[in-house]
Amino acid sequence: MIRLLCFLIAFALPAQAEEVVAGLSQDSVQITTNFEGSEILIFGAVKRAVPLPGGPPLQVIVTVEGPAAPITIRRKDKRFGIWVNNAAVEVDAAPSFYAVATSAPWADVILDVEDLRHSVSIDRAIRAVGLDREDRGSFIEALLRIKESQDAYLNAFGSVEVSEETLFKTSIQLPANLTEGDYKARFFLTRGGAVLDVHETNINVSKVGLERFLFNLSRQQPLVYGLMSLAIAIFAGWAASAFFRYFRF
Amino acid sequence: MQIYLPIAEVSVNAFLLLGLGGMVGVLSGMFGVGGGFLMTPLLFFIGIPPAVAVATEANQIVASSFSGVLAHLRRKSVDLRMGTVLLIGGLIGAALGVQLFNTLKAMGQVDLLVKLCYVVFLGIIGSLMFVESLNAIIKTRSGKPPARKRHNWVHNLPFKMKFRTSGLYISVIPPALVGVFVGILAAIMGVGGGFIMVPAMIYLLGMPTKVVVGTSLFQIIFVTGFTTLLHATTNFTVDVVLAVLLLVGGVIGAQIGTKIGARLPAEQLRILLAGMVLLVCGKLAFDLLVMPSELYSLGAAGGH
Repeated sequence: MIRLLCFLIAFALPAQAEEVVAGLSQDSVQITTNFEGSEILIFGAVKRAVPLPGGPPLQVIVTVEGPAAPITIRRKDKRFGIWVNNAAVEVDAAPSFYAVATSAPWADVILDVEDLRHSVSIDRAIRAVGLDREDRGSFIEALLRIKESQDAYLNAFGSVEVSEETLFKTSIQLPANLTEGDYKARFFLTRGGAVLDVHETNINVSKVGLERFLFNLSRQQPLVYGLMSLAIAIFAGWAASAFFRYFRF
Repeated sequence: MQIYLPIAEVSVNAFLLLGLGGMVGVLSGMFGVGGGFLMTPLLFFIGIPPAVAVATEANQIVASSFSGVLAHLRRKSVDLRMGTVLLIGGLIGAALGVQLFNTLKAMGQVDLLVKLCYVVFLGIIGSLMFVESLNAIIKTRSGKPPARKRHNWVHNLPFKMKFRTSGLYISVIPPALVGVFVGILAAIMGVGGGFIMVPAMIYLLGMPTKVVVGTSLFQIIFVTGFTTLLHATTNFTVDVVLAVLLLVGGVIGAQIGTKIGARLPAEQLRILLAGMVLLVCGKLAFDLLVMPSELYSLGAAGGH
Protein backbone atom coordinates (compact mmCIF):
# COMPACT_ATOMS: atom_id res chain seq x y z
CA MET A 1 0.00 0.00 0.00
CA ILE A 2 2.75 2.41 0.99
CA ARG A 3 4.70 1.40 -2.09
CA LEU A 4 1.70 2.20 -4.28
CA LEU A 5 1.31 5.59 -2.62
CA CYS A 6 4.95 6.40 -3.27
CA PHE A 7 4.53 5.39 -6.85
CA LEU A 8 1.50 7.64 -7.23
CA ILE A 9 3.22 10.60 -5.59
CA ALA A 10 6.22 10.16 -7.86
CA PHE A 11 3.98 10.30 -10.89
CA ALA A 12 1.86 13.13 -9.57
CA LEU A 13 4.95 15.41 -9.49
CA PRO A 14 5.86 16.21 -13.05
CA ALA A 15 9.21 17.67 -11.96
CA GLN A 16 10.41 14.18 -11.31
CA ALA A 17 9.51 13.00 -14.78
CA GLU A 18 11.79 15.31 -16.78
CA GLU A 19 14.96 16.78 -15.33
CA VAL A 20 17.46 19.21 -16.80
CA VAL A 21 21.16 18.41 -16.92
CA ALA A 22 23.14 21.43 -18.03
CA GLY A 23 26.66 22.57 -18.66
CA LEU A 24 28.53 25.79 -19.46
CA SER A 25 31.52 26.25 -21.70
CA GLN A 26 33.19 27.97 -18.75
CA ASP A 27 32.23 28.33 -15.11
CA SER A 28 34.51 31.29 -14.50
CA VAL A 29 35.23 34.49 -16.41
CA GLN A 30 38.54 36.21 -15.86
CA ILE A 31 38.71 39.94 -16.42
CA THR A 32 42.15 40.77 -17.77
CA THR A 33 43.47 44.14 -18.94
CA ASN A 34 42.40 43.51 -22.53
CA PHE A 35 39.03 41.97 -21.59
CA GLU A 36 36.58 42.53 -24.43
CA GLY A 37 33.60 40.62 -23.16
CA SER A 38 33.05 36.90 -23.27
CA GLU A 39 30.67 34.55 -24.98
CA ILE A 40 29.40 31.71 -22.83
CA LEU A 41 28.18 28.59 -24.55
CA ILE A 42 25.37 26.94 -22.63
CA PHE A 43 24.21 23.41 -23.39
CA GLY A 44 22.28 20.64 -21.74
CA ALA A 45 20.01 17.66 -22.01
CA VAL A 46 16.75 16.47 -20.54
CA LYS A 47 16.92 13.34 -18.38
CA ARG A 48 13.78 11.21 -18.51
CA ALA A 49 12.71 8.32 -16.35
CA VAL A 50 9.59 7.86 -18.47
CA PRO A 51 8.82 7.80 -22.19
CA LEU A 52 8.41 11.14 -23.96
CA PRO A 53 5.04 12.51 -22.93
CA GLY A 54 2.76 13.96 -25.59
CA GLY A 55 1.05 17.34 -25.47
CA PRO A 56 2.68 20.76 -25.89
CA PRO A 57 6.37 20.71 -26.89
CA LEU A 58 9.17 21.00 -24.36
CA GLN A 59 10.55 24.53 -23.95
CA VAL A 60 13.76 25.73 -22.37
CA ILE A 61 14.53 29.08 -20.73
CA VAL A 62 18.06 30.04 -19.72
CA THR A 63 18.78 33.12 -17.60
CA VAL A 64 22.12 34.57 -16.54
CA GLU A 65 22.01 37.11 -13.73
CA GLY A 66 24.79 39.37 -12.40
CA PRO A 67 25.09 40.54 -8.79
CA ALA A 68 22.25 42.87 -7.78
CA ALA A 69 22.56 46.29 -6.19
CA PRO A 70 20.15 49.06 -5.21
CA ILE A 71 19.78 51.75 -7.89
CA THR A 72 18.30 55.25 -7.90
CA ILE A 73 16.45 56.27 -11.05
CA ARG A 74 16.07 60.01 -11.52
CA ARG A 75 13.88 61.92 -13.91
CA LYS A 76 14.67 65.37 -15.29
CA ASP A 77 11.94 67.99 -15.43
CA LYS A 78 11.92 71.54 -16.69
CA ARG A 79 12.17 73.96 -13.76
CA PHE A 80 12.79 77.71 -14.22
CA GLY A 81 13.69 77.10 -17.86
CA ILE A 82 16.38 74.49 -17.29
CA TRP A 83 16.31 70.70 -17.11
CA VAL A 84 17.09 69.45 -13.62
CA ASN A 85 16.81 66.13 -11.80
CA ASN A 86 13.47 66.21 -10.09
CA ALA A 87 11.64 63.01 -9.18
CA ALA A 88 13.62 59.97 -8.07
CA VAL A 89 12.69 56.36 -7.41
CA GLU A 90 14.81 53.85 -5.56
CA VAL A 91 14.89 50.23 -6.65
CA ASP A 92 15.80 47.77 -3.87
CA ALA A 93 17.80 45.46 -6.08
CA ALA A 94 18.47 45.44 -9.79
CA PRO A 95 20.88 42.95 -11.34
CA SER A 96 23.98 44.47 -12.93
CA PHE A 97 23.54 42.06 -15.82
CA TYR A 98 20.56 39.98 -16.93
CA ALA A 99 20.07 37.82 -20.00
CA VAL A 100 17.06 35.69 -20.88
CA ALA A 101 17.25 33.15 -23.69
CA THR A 102 14.23 31.07 -24.63
CA SER A 103 13.40 28.40 -27.17
CA ALA A 104 10.21 30.14 -28.41
CA PRO A 105 8.40 33.50 -28.12
CA TRP A 106 7.83 34.54 -24.52
CA ALA A 107 4.08 33.85 -24.43
CA ASP A 108 4.65 30.24 -25.52
CA VAL A 109 7.33 29.28 -23.01
CA ILE A 110 6.01 30.34 -19.60
CA LEU A 111 2.81 31.35 -17.87
CA ASP A 112 2.64 34.67 -16.03
CA VAL A 113 1.99 32.93 -12.75
CA GLU A 114 5.11 30.77 -13.16
CA ASP A 115 7.14 33.84 -14.15
CA LEU A 116 5.95 35.51 -10.96
CA ARG A 117 6.85 32.47 -8.83
CA HIS A 118 10.35 31.96 -10.25
CA SER A 119 11.19 35.60 -11.22
CA VAL A 120 12.29 34.65 -14.72
CA SER A 121 11.77 37.75 -16.88
CA ILE A 122 13.88 40.88 -16.43
CA ASP A 123 10.83 42.75 -15.15
CA ARG A 124 10.38 40.24 -12.34
CA ALA A 125 14.09 40.06 -11.53
CA ILE A 126 14.10 43.75 -10.55
CA ARG A 127 12.98 43.98 -6.97
CA ALA A 128 11.17 47.22 -6.24
CA VAL A 129 8.89 47.16 -3.24
CA GLY A 130 6.38 49.91 -2.63
CA LEU A 131 6.31 51.49 -6.09
CA ASP A 132 2.90 52.52 -7.33
CA ARG A 133 1.77 51.42 -10.75
CA GLU A 134 2.52 54.72 -12.46
CA ASP A 135 6.12 54.85 -11.17
CA ARG A 136 6.65 51.23 -12.05
CA GLY A 137 5.47 52.00 -15.57
CA SER A 138 7.70 54.98 -16.28
CA PHE A 139 10.75 54.52 -14.03
CA ILE A 140 11.25 50.77 -14.37
CA GLU A 141 10.69 51.08 -18.11
CA ALA A 142 13.45 53.72 -18.22
CA LEU A 143 15.76 51.45 -16.21
CA LEU A 144 15.17 48.61 -18.67
CA ARG A 145 15.66 50.93 -21.65
CA ILE A 146 18.96 52.34 -20.37
CA LYS A 147 20.32 48.94 -19.33
CA GLU A 148 19.33 47.43 -22.67
CA SER A 149 21.12 50.22 -24.52
CA GLN A 150 24.26 49.33 -22.53
CA ASP A 151 23.86 45.64 -23.49
CA ALA A 152 23.50 44.86 -19.80
CA TYR A 153 19.98 43.47 -20.18
CA LEU A 154 19.31 41.07 -23.05
CA ASN A 155 16.15 39.40 -24.25
CA ALA A 156 16.97 36.62 -26.69
CA PHE A 157 13.62 34.97 -27.38
CA GLY A 158 13.90 31.95 -29.63
CA SER A 159 17.68 31.70 -29.38
CA VAL A 160 17.76 28.37 -27.53
CA GLU A 161 17.90 25.46 -29.99
CA VAL A 162 16.11 22.36 -28.79
CA SER A 163 16.56 19.13 -30.73
CA GLU A 164 14.45 16.01 -30.31
CA GLU A 165 12.98 17.51 -27.14
CA THR A 166 16.14 16.30 -25.40
CA LEU A 167 19.22 18.35 -26.24
CA PHE A 168 19.42 22.13 -26.10
CA LYS A 169 22.07 24.79 -26.60
CA THR A 170 22.45 28.56 -26.71
CA SER A 171 25.10 31.19 -26.18
CA ILE A 172 25.03 34.39 -24.15
CA GLN A 173 27.30 37.34 -24.79
CA LEU A 174 28.72 38.95 -21.66
CA PRO A 175 29.62 42.61 -22.38
CA ALA A 176 33.05 44.15 -21.76
CA ASN A 177 31.65 46.36 -18.98
CA LEU A 178 31.26 43.54 -16.51
CA THR A 179 31.21 43.88 -12.75
CA GLU A 180 32.82 41.31 -10.51
CA GLY A 181 30.87 38.72 -8.58
CA ASP A 182 29.00 35.46 -8.72
CA TYR A 183 26.76 35.25 -11.75
CA LYS A 184 23.81 32.89 -11.49
CA ALA A 185 22.77 30.78 -14.48
CA ARG A 186 19.30 29.21 -14.26
CA PHE A 187 17.68 26.65 -16.53
CA PHE A 188 13.91 26.14 -16.72
CA LEU A 189 12.13 23.27 -18.47
CA THR A 190 8.54 24.07 -19.33
CA ARG A 191 5.63 22.42 -21.06
CA GLY A 192 2.54 24.41 -21.91
CA GLY A 193 3.91 27.28 -19.82
CA ALA A 194 4.25 25.22 -16.63
CA VAL A 195 7.71 24.86 -15.10
CA LEU A 196 8.78 21.19 -14.90
CA ASP A 197 12.27 21.52 -13.53
CA VAL A 198 14.77 24.22 -12.50
CA HIS A 199 18.53 23.89 -12.37
CA GLU A 200 20.95 26.51 -11.07
CA THR A 201 24.69 26.94 -11.41
CA ASN A 202 27.20 29.73 -10.78
CA ILE A 203 29.65 31.55 -13.02
CA ASN A 204 32.41 33.28 -11.13
CA VAL A 205 33.47 36.60 -12.68
CA SER A 206 36.66 38.05 -11.23
CA LYS A 207 39.54 40.33 -12.10
CA VAL A 208 42.94 38.67 -12.46
CA GLY A 209 46.57 39.73 -12.75
CA LEU A 210 47.28 43.46 -12.83
CA GLU A 211 43.58 44.31 -12.57
CA ARG A 212 43.28 42.25 -9.38
CA PHE A 213 46.47 43.72 -7.92
CA LEU A 214 45.49 47.35 -8.56
CA PHE A 215 41.94 46.86 -7.33
CA ASN A 216 43.09 45.22 -4.09
CA LEU A 217 45.78 47.84 -3.52
CA SER A 218 43.29 50.68 -3.97
CA ARG A 219 40.98 49.16 -1.33
CA GLN A 220 43.47 47.80 1.19
CA GLN A 221 46.27 50.39 0.98
CA PRO A 222 44.56 53.52 -0.35
CA LEU A 223 47.33 55.86 0.76
CA VAL A 224 50.04 53.77 -0.92
CA TYR A 225 47.86 53.55 -4.01
CA GLY A 226 47.29 57.32 -4.05
CA LEU A 227 51.00 58.07 -3.57
CA MET A 228 51.84 55.57 -6.31
CA SER A 229 49.41 57.33 -8.67
CA LEU A 230 51.02 60.68 -7.85
CA ALA A 231 54.53 59.27 -8.31
CA ILE A 232 53.58 57.91 -11.74
CA ALA A 233 52.12 61.29 -12.68
CA ILE A 234 55.20 63.22 -11.54
CA PHE A 235 57.55 60.77 -13.25
CA ALA A 236 55.61 60.91 -16.52
CA GLY A 237 55.62 64.70 -16.41
CA TRP A 238 59.36 64.79 -15.81
CA ALA A 239 60.11 62.12 -18.44
CA ALA A 240 58.20 63.98 -21.16
CA SER A 241 59.94 67.23 -20.24
CA ALA A 242 63.41 65.62 -20.22
CA PHE A 243 62.71 63.86 -23.50
CA PHE A 244 61.66 67.04 -25.25
CA ARG A 245 64.63 68.99 -23.90
CA TYR A 246 67.04 66.28 -25.02
CA PHE A 247 65.76 66.30 -28.57
CA ARG A 248 65.11 70.08 -28.62
CA PHE A 249 61.90 69.91 -30.56
CA MET B 1 42.54 48.31 -28.62
CA GLN B 2 40.14 47.89 -25.72
CA ILE B 3 41.45 48.23 -22.17
CA TYR B 4 39.51 47.21 -19.06
CA LEU B 5 39.83 49.79 -16.29
CA PRO B 6 40.07 48.08 -12.88
CA ILE B 7 38.46 50.79 -10.74
CA ALA B 8 35.99 52.28 -13.23
CA GLU B 9 34.97 48.72 -14.25
CA VAL B 10 34.41 49.70 -17.86
CA SER B 11 36.21 48.79 -21.04
CA VAL B 12 37.41 51.67 -23.22
CA ASN B 13 39.51 52.25 -26.32
CA ALA B 14 43.12 52.97 -25.35
CA PHE B 15 43.87 55.11 -28.43
CA LEU B 16 40.82 57.28 -27.82
CA LEU B 17 42.11 58.02 -24.31
CA LEU B 18 45.65 58.73 -25.58
CA GLY B 19 44.22 61.13 -28.15
CA LEU B 20 42.01 62.92 -25.64
CA GLY B 21 44.93 63.22 -23.24
CA GLY B 22 47.16 64.65 -25.95
CA MET B 23 44.59 67.19 -27.10
CA VAL B 24 43.89 68.46 -23.60
CA GLY B 25 47.65 68.42 -22.87
CA VAL B 26 48.34 70.83 -25.76
CA LEU B 27 45.74 73.25 -24.41
CA SER B 28 47.15 72.85 -20.92
CA GLY B 29 50.68 73.79 -22.00
CA MET B 30 49.46 76.68 -24.16
CA PHE B 31 47.18 78.37 -21.67
CA GLY B 32 48.37 77.20 -18.26
CA VAL B 33 45.03 75.60 -17.50
CA GLY B 34 44.99 72.08 -16.12
CA GLY B 35 42.43 71.09 -18.74
CA GLY B 36 40.13 69.49 -16.18
CA PHE B 37 37.17 71.62 -17.22
CA LEU B 38 37.46 70.08 -20.69
CA MET B 39 38.54 66.55 -19.83
CA THR B 40 36.05 65.77 -17.06
CA PRO B 41 32.95 66.31 -19.27
CA LEU B 42 34.67 64.35 -22.09
CA LEU B 43 35.24 61.41 -19.74
CA PHE B 44 31.56 61.48 -18.69
CA PHE B 45 30.71 61.39 -22.36
CA ILE B 46 32.70 58.22 -23.12
CA GLY B 47 31.04 56.42 -20.22
CA ILE B 48 33.44 56.72 -17.27
CA PRO B 49 31.47 56.94 -14.00
CA PRO B 50 31.48 60.62 -12.85
CA ALA B 51 33.12 59.95 -9.47
CA VAL B 52 36.01 58.08 -11.12
CA ALA B 53 36.33 60.71 -13.86
CA VAL B 54 36.67 63.60 -11.39
CA ALA B 55 39.21 61.83 -9.17
CA THR B 56 41.34 60.41 -11.98
CA GLU B 57 41.32 63.72 -13.82
CA ALA B 58 42.96 65.33 -10.78
CA ASN B 59 45.75 62.77 -11.02
CA GLN B 60 46.24 63.41 -14.72
CA ILE B 61 46.38 67.18 -14.21
CA VAL B 62 49.31 66.64 -11.79
CA ALA B 63 51.28 65.01 -14.62
CA SER B 64 50.52 67.52 -17.37
CA SER B 65 51.05 70.49 -15.04
CA PHE B 66 54.37 69.10 -13.82
CA SER B 67 55.53 68.57 -17.39
CA GLY B 68 54.43 72.08 -18.28
CA VAL B 69 55.97 73.72 -15.22
CA LEU B 70 59.39 72.17 -15.95
CA ALA B 71 59.33 73.74 -19.40
CA HIS B 72 58.37 77.08 -17.84
CA LEU B 73 61.04 76.82 -15.11
CA ARG B 74 63.71 76.53 -17.78
CA ARG B 75 62.42 79.69 -19.41
CA LYS B 76 62.32 81.32 -15.95
CA SER B 77 58.65 82.17 -16.42
CA VAL B 78 57.49 80.87 -13.04
CA ASP B 79 57.05 83.30 -10.15
CA LEU B 80 57.76 80.87 -7.29
CA ARG B 81 57.09 83.45 -4.59
CA MET B 82 53.71 84.38 -6.05
CA GLY B 83 52.98 80.69 -6.62
CA THR B 84 53.59 79.91 -2.96
CA VAL B 85 51.30 82.69 -1.78
CA LEU B 86 48.58 81.44 -4.14
CA LEU B 87 49.17 77.87 -3.00
CA ILE B 88 48.72 78.67 0.70
CA GLY B 89 45.44 80.38 -0.16
CA GLY B 90 44.53 77.50 -2.45
CA LEU B 91 44.93 74.79 0.17
CA ILE B 92 42.82 76.76 2.67
CA GLY B 93 40.23 77.28 -0.07
CA ALA B 94 40.21 73.59 -1.02
CA ALA B 95 39.56 72.57 2.58
CA LEU B 96 36.69 75.10 2.79
CA GLY B 97 35.40 73.97 -0.60
CA VAL B 98 35.19 70.32 0.45
CA GLN B 99 33.10 71.37 3.45
CA LEU B 100 30.82 73.43 1.25
CA PHE B 101 30.55 70.57 -1.26
CA ASN B 102 29.45 68.14 1.45
CA THR B 103 26.87 70.61 2.76
CA LEU B 104 25.45 71.04 -0.74
CA LYS B 105 25.45 67.27 -1.22
CA ALA B 106 23.39 66.83 1.91
CA MET B 107 20.91 69.40 0.56
CA GLY B 108 20.67 67.55 -2.79
CA GLN B 109 21.05 68.84 -6.34
CA VAL B 110 24.83 69.02 -6.19
CA ASP B 111 25.10 68.06 -9.89
CA LEU B 112 23.00 71.02 -10.92
CA LEU B 113 24.99 73.43 -8.75
CA VAL B 114 28.26 72.19 -10.23
CA LYS B 115 26.91 72.71 -13.74
CA LEU B 116 25.51 76.16 -12.92
CA CYS B 117 28.88 77.06 -11.39
CA TYR B 118 30.55 76.06 -14.65
CA VAL B 119 28.13 78.02 -16.83
CA VAL B 120 28.28 81.17 -14.72
CA PHE B 121 32.05 81.28 -14.21
CA LEU B 122 33.03 80.13 -17.67
CA GLY B 123 30.53 82.59 -19.16
CA ILE B 124 31.71 85.62 -17.16
CA ILE B 125 35.43 84.91 -17.50
CA GLY B 126 35.19 83.94 -21.16
CA SER B 127 33.31 87.06 -22.21
CA LEU B 128 35.49 89.43 -20.16
CA MET B 129 38.68 87.97 -21.56
CA PHE B 130 37.34 87.91 -25.07
CA VAL B 131 36.37 91.58 -25.03
CA GLU B 132 39.58 92.67 -23.32
CA SER B 133 41.94 90.79 -25.62
CA LEU B 134 39.99 91.91 -28.68
CA ASN B 135 40.46 95.51 -27.54
CA ALA B 136 44.17 94.87 -26.93
CA ILE B 137 44.59 93.44 -30.43
CA ILE B 138 42.78 96.42 -32.00
CA LYS B 139 45.00 98.81 -30.03
CA THR B 140 48.18 97.01 -31.09
CA ARG B 141 47.05 97.05 -34.71
CA SER B 142 46.36 100.79 -34.58
CA GLY B 143 49.93 101.34 -33.32
CA LYS B 144 49.36 102.65 -29.78
CA PRO B 145 51.56 101.06 -27.09
CA PRO B 146 49.54 98.95 -24.64
CA ALA B 147 49.12 100.51 -21.22
CA ARG B 148 50.33 97.76 -18.90
CA LYS B 149 51.08 99.27 -15.51
CA ARG B 150 47.78 100.25 -14.01
CA HIS B 151 47.35 101.29 -10.42
CA ASN B 152 44.12 100.21 -8.82
CA TRP B 153 42.94 99.50 -5.27
CA VAL B 154 44.99 96.29 -5.26
CA HIS B 155 48.15 98.32 -4.94
CA ASN B 156 47.08 100.23 -1.84
CA LEU B 157 46.87 97.37 0.68
CA PRO B 158 49.31 96.54 3.51
CA PHE B 159 51.81 93.59 3.75
CA LYS B 160 53.53 94.51 0.52
CA MET B 161 55.93 92.03 -0.98
CA LYS B 162 58.30 92.11 -3.94
CA PHE B 163 57.49 89.65 -6.70
CA ARG B 164 60.58 90.10 -8.85
CA THR B 165 59.72 87.65 -11.63
CA SER B 166 56.37 89.33 -12.14
CA GLY B 167 57.86 92.79 -11.72
CA LEU B 168 55.30 93.60 -9.03
CA TYR B 169 55.41 95.19 -5.59
CA ILE B 170 51.99 94.51 -4.13
CA SER B 171 50.28 93.34 -0.95
CA VAL B 172 50.05 89.56 -0.35
CA ILE B 173 46.35 89.85 0.51
CA PRO B 174 44.93 89.89 -3.05
CA PRO B 175 46.92 86.88 -4.30
CA ALA B 176 46.10 84.90 -1.13
CA LEU B 177 42.40 85.72 -1.56
CA VAL B 178 42.55 84.71 -5.23
CA GLY B 179 44.10 81.42 -4.06
CA VAL B 180 41.35 80.81 -1.50
CA PHE B 181 38.61 81.61 -4.00
CA VAL B 182 40.11 79.35 -6.66
CA GLY B 183 40.61 76.60 -4.08
CA ILE B 184 36.92 76.69 -3.13
CA LEU B 185 35.79 76.58 -6.75
CA ALA B 186 38.30 73.85 -7.57
CA ALA B 187 36.95 71.62 -4.83
CA ILE B 188 33.33 72.19 -5.88
CA MET B 189 33.86 71.89 -9.62
CA GLY B 190 36.49 69.15 -9.51
CA VAL B 191 39.06 71.04 -11.59
CA GLY B 192 42.49 72.58 -11.05
CA GLY B 193 41.05 76.08 -11.37
CA GLY B 194 43.55 77.44 -13.89
CA PHE B 195 40.86 78.92 -16.09
CA ILE B 196 39.80 81.14 -13.19
CA MET B 197 43.26 81.81 -11.79
CA VAL B 198 44.88 82.84 -15.08
CA PRO B 199 42.45 85.73 -15.74
CA ALA B 200 42.49 86.69 -12.04
CA MET B 201 46.29 87.00 -12.13
CA ILE B 202 46.26 89.01 -15.34
CA TYR B 203 43.41 91.40 -14.62
CA LEU B 204 43.27 91.56 -10.82
CA LEU B 205 46.95 91.30 -9.90
CA GLY B 206 48.31 92.80 -13.13
CA MET B 207 50.87 90.05 -13.72
CA PRO B 208 52.42 89.72 -17.20
CA THR B 209 50.79 86.94 -19.26
CA LYS B 210 54.05 85.06 -19.84
CA VAL B 211 54.64 84.58 -16.09
CA VAL B 212 51.00 83.82 -15.33
CA VAL B 213 50.91 80.50 -17.17
CA GLY B 214 53.90 78.93 -15.41
CA THR B 215 52.86 80.24 -12.00
CA SER B 216 49.34 78.91 -12.43
CA LEU B 217 50.67 75.46 -13.37
CA PHE B 218 52.97 75.49 -10.34
CA GLN B 219 50.07 76.06 -7.99
CA ILE B 220 47.80 73.55 -9.77
CA ILE B 221 50.29 70.67 -9.23
CA PHE B 222 49.94 70.92 -5.47
CA VAL B 223 46.20 71.53 -5.30
CA THR B 224 45.37 68.62 -7.63
CA GLY B 225 47.95 66.36 -5.95
CA PHE B 226 46.21 67.03 -2.63
CA THR B 227 42.80 66.32 -4.26
CA THR B 228 44.05 63.04 -5.77
CA LEU B 229 45.20 61.78 -2.38
CA LEU B 230 41.89 62.79 -0.79
CA HIS B 231 39.89 60.95 -3.45
CA ALA B 232 42.14 57.86 -3.32
CA THR B 233 41.89 57.52 0.45
CA THR B 234 38.23 58.42 1.01
CA ASN B 235 36.28 57.46 -2.14
CA PHE B 236 38.65 54.89 -3.75
CA THR B 237 37.84 56.39 -7.14
CA VAL B 238 41.29 57.07 -8.65
CA ASP B 239 41.78 54.71 -11.60
CA VAL B 240 45.51 54.50 -12.18
CA VAL B 241 45.19 52.67 -15.52
CA LEU B 242 42.91 55.41 -16.85
CA ALA B 243 45.26 58.05 -15.44
CA VAL B 244 48.32 56.50 -17.13
CA LEU B 245 46.58 56.39 -20.52
CA LEU B 246 45.46 60.01 -20.19
CA LEU B 247 48.76 61.32 -18.89
CA VAL B 248 50.97 59.66 -21.52
CA GLY B 249 49.07 61.69 -24.12
CA GLY B 250 48.82 64.64 -21.73
CA VAL B 251 52.51 65.14 -20.89
CA ILE B 252 53.55 64.99 -24.55
CA GLY B 253 50.76 67.37 -25.49
CA ALA B 254 51.77 69.77 -22.71
CA GLN B 255 55.32 70.02 -24.09
CA ILE B 256 54.03 70.78 -27.58
CA GLY B 257 51.52 73.24 -26.16
CA THR B 258 54.22 75.13 -24.25
CA LYS B 259 56.19 75.56 -27.49
CA ILE B 260 53.14 76.85 -29.37
CA GLY B 261 52.27 79.16 -26.48
CA ALA B 262 55.77 80.69 -26.45
CA ARG B 263 55.45 81.64 -30.12
CA LEU B 264 51.99 83.18 -30.03
CA PRO B 265 51.54 86.82 -28.99
CA ALA B 266 49.95 87.19 -25.54
CA GLU B 267 46.75 88.82 -26.87
CA GLN B 268 46.13 86.02 -29.32
CA LEU B 269 46.78 83.44 -26.61
CA ARG B 270 44.19 85.10 -24.41
CA ILE B 271 41.58 85.39 -27.13
CA LEU B 272 41.99 81.69 -27.97
CA LEU B 273 41.57 80.70 -24.34
CA ALA B 274 38.51 82.97 -24.10
CA GLY B 275 37.01 81.33 -27.17
CA MET B 276 37.55 77.88 -25.74
CA VAL B 277 36.07 78.79 -22.37
CA LEU B 278 32.99 80.25 -24.08
CA LEU B 279 32.61 77.12 -26.20
CA VAL B 280 32.51 74.82 -23.17
CA CYS B 281 30.17 77.25 -21.40
CA GLY B 282 27.84 77.28 -24.40
CA LYS B 283 27.76 73.49 -24.56
CA LEU B 284 26.91 73.17 -20.86
CA ALA B 285 24.24 75.88 -21.07
CA PHE B 286 22.78 74.17 -24.15
CA ASP B 287 22.51 70.88 -22.23
CA LEU B 288 20.64 72.60 -19.41
CA LEU B 289 18.24 74.47 -21.70
CA VAL B 290 17.37 71.87 -24.33
CA MET B 291 15.23 68.87 -23.52
CA PRO B 292 17.55 65.87 -23.15
CA SER B 293 16.88 62.80 -25.32
CA GLU B 294 16.91 60.57 -22.22
CA LEU B 295 15.07 62.15 -19.31
CA TYR B 296 15.98 59.38 -16.92
CA SER B 297 19.37 58.60 -15.43
CA LEU B 298 20.63 55.79 -13.21
CA GLY B 299 22.76 56.30 -10.15
CA ALA B 300 23.99 54.29 -7.20
CA ALA B 301 21.42 54.39 -4.43
CA GLY B 302 22.07 56.49 -1.34
CA GLY B 303 23.01 59.95 -2.57
CA HIS B 304 20.03 61.92 -3.84
